[in-house]
Amino acid sequence: MDKPLTATLNIEQPLDLDQYRNKGGYQGFARALDLTPEEVQQQVKEANLRGRGGAGFPTGMKWGFVPMGEDSPGRKYLVCNADEMEPGTFKDRWLMEGAPHLLVEGMMIAAYAISASVAYLFLRGEYRLCATRLEKAIREAEQAGLLGENIQGSGYSLNLHLHTSAGRYICGEETALLNALEGKRAHPRAKPPFPQVVGLFGQPTVVNNAETLCNIPGILRQGPAWYQDLGRGEDAGTKIYGISGRVKNPGLWELPMGAPAKEIFDLAGGMQHGLKLRGWLPGGASTDFLLPEHLDTPMEYDAIAEAGSRLGTGGIIALDDKHCPVGMVLNLIRFFAQESCGWCTPCRDGLPWASEILNRIESGRGSQEDLDELQRLCDFMWMGKTFCALAPGAVEPMSSAMKYFADDFQQHIDKGCCPYRH
Amino acid sequence: MKIAIRTFSYQDHLNEAEIQAIEKACADYEQRPAAAIEALQIVQKQRGWVDDPCLQAVAELLGMSDAELEGIATFYNHIYRRPVGRHVLHLCNSISCWLSDVDELADHLRGRLQVEFGQTSADGGITLLPNVCLGCCDKAPAMMLDGELIENLSKEKLDQILSKLHQGGENG
Repeated sequence: MDKPLTATLNIEQPLDLDQYRNKGGYQGFARALDLTPEEVQQQVKEANLRGRGGAGFPTGMKWGFVPMGEDSPGRKYLVCNADEMEPGTFKDRWLMEGAPHLLVEGMMIAAYAISASVAYLFLRGEYRLCATRLEKAIREAEQAGLLGENIQGSGYSLNLHLHTSAGRYICGEETALLNALEGKRAHPRAKPPFPQVVGLFGQPTVVNNAETLCNIPGILRQGPAWYQDLGRGEDAGTKIYGISGRVKNPGLWELPMGAPAKEIFDLAGGMQHGLKLRGWLPGGASTDFLLPEHLDTPMEYDAIAEAGSRLGTGGIIALDDKHCPVGMVLNLIRFFAQESCGWCTPCRDGLPWASEILNRIESGRGSQEDLDELQRLCDFMWMGKTFCALAPGAVEPMSSAMKYFADDFQQHIDKGCCPYRH
Repeated sequence: MKIAIRTFSYQDHLNEAEIQAIEKACADYEQRPAAAIEALQIVQKQRGWVDDPCLQAVAELLGMSDAELEGIATFYNHIYRRPVGRHVLHLCNSISCWLSDVDELADHLRGRLQVEFGQTSADGGITLLPNVCLGCCDKAPAMMLDGELIENLSKEKLDQILSKLHQGGENG
């Protein structure tokens, strides 16, 4: 099976420019330069690539909203979202540490497809090794004339800059990221206007996740039909899936889109000795719990949605039977409460409130009314009531845990203590 | 009557290397304030943290108000607006590390260093801070020590690291 995302990945010593080129690197970009930007967009549309950052929006369609042609604004931007901070998610780090040129090439093709003249790679500050290796890849590409003015005599010019952030989850939200890049507090912006029309510094801008961009060179090099065939079910291509928690071998694997969750659990060797699986989050902290009975579900957008959750980042978090589900939700909600940007009230006030109630329940001081209040808060922070998806994302594991682990919540109240503490 | 006029110039507070590095960052953007985060990191790299005069100096250099830059500085987890120790230790407290019982390591660290999270050990050696998910979920628990990610933590491994830091501190 083809593994276009990891075929050139080497975590110990990533390929330099020449080595990457010898393995077919930058052929996708060369192919793109032979096409018009609109034709490149068409290739990615036909490939049916969907965003790997969590939302799963079709990438080609996203690009399609950018004004093109001679009358379009002279300055447009392509931004790579590499602010990977979703708890339980570590796929972009792997790709960037192991295959920096793949991401740089993906960014170059995406920038060309929307006729952007400047690209930014927005990297979370904690990923220092990524920064070093990406910086090196960018310099090599510049020196080889793959970046800069009039690239390879094509008339197309692109400058690519690395922006290292300083740690704040909300920067992963695409409009908050744009504010952060402009040197403003990273609050989300109201949509519309959408960034493709009014984005960075008021100019048309596309923000794509790092893994999404790593898919692009393969599509251009080997064609949309090849890419479509990589997927096992409804969705095209491959995906970096991961798993963490108390499994035998936590890690990351490139698998066809639509591989069942069970396959990932099997690759991880199943649960550690003496532990049973209670539940799992399919794609990071902001996805709904699923149960062991859902393990046969294909890890693709619609199938996971039908099961009641979201594919999210594809980073599975496994909850074992020795860890308290209430404690797990408390840990997640504390994270979201801390990382709320404070812009809108349901998120700013609702999350610390939920965190306080959960803390009370977890430590055995909760009441029946607290459970009702938590349910109300799930509604208070849901879609349509908040400015962005942060609070609804926090509600997903909380409301699903209250549904699937209702008995655990009830026991904390009835017994006046956490039944998992010895 | 003489009126004392307080003048402030960024050049009095930032050194030449810092100013040059910040100017270089500014060149990457359409507008100077966009370099705010890079500028704060440049200053912090040299000094360990960002004090008030430096914050004012960066604001002046970038053409922003002090308050605006302060709003950005305090927004991020890795810009320090208070002095830190010779070493800064960020222990991940997010979900994969929690499932790997990082809370026990947190208690161990608090006991060894005799500090709470957010504090610096009495000898000025180590500042202990929490961190959101460090992206080391398959090798949990994890921490960031002086910018370097360290994975697969245990009490024994932490003790070894702390002893090494302590020796380094005495020697240097």
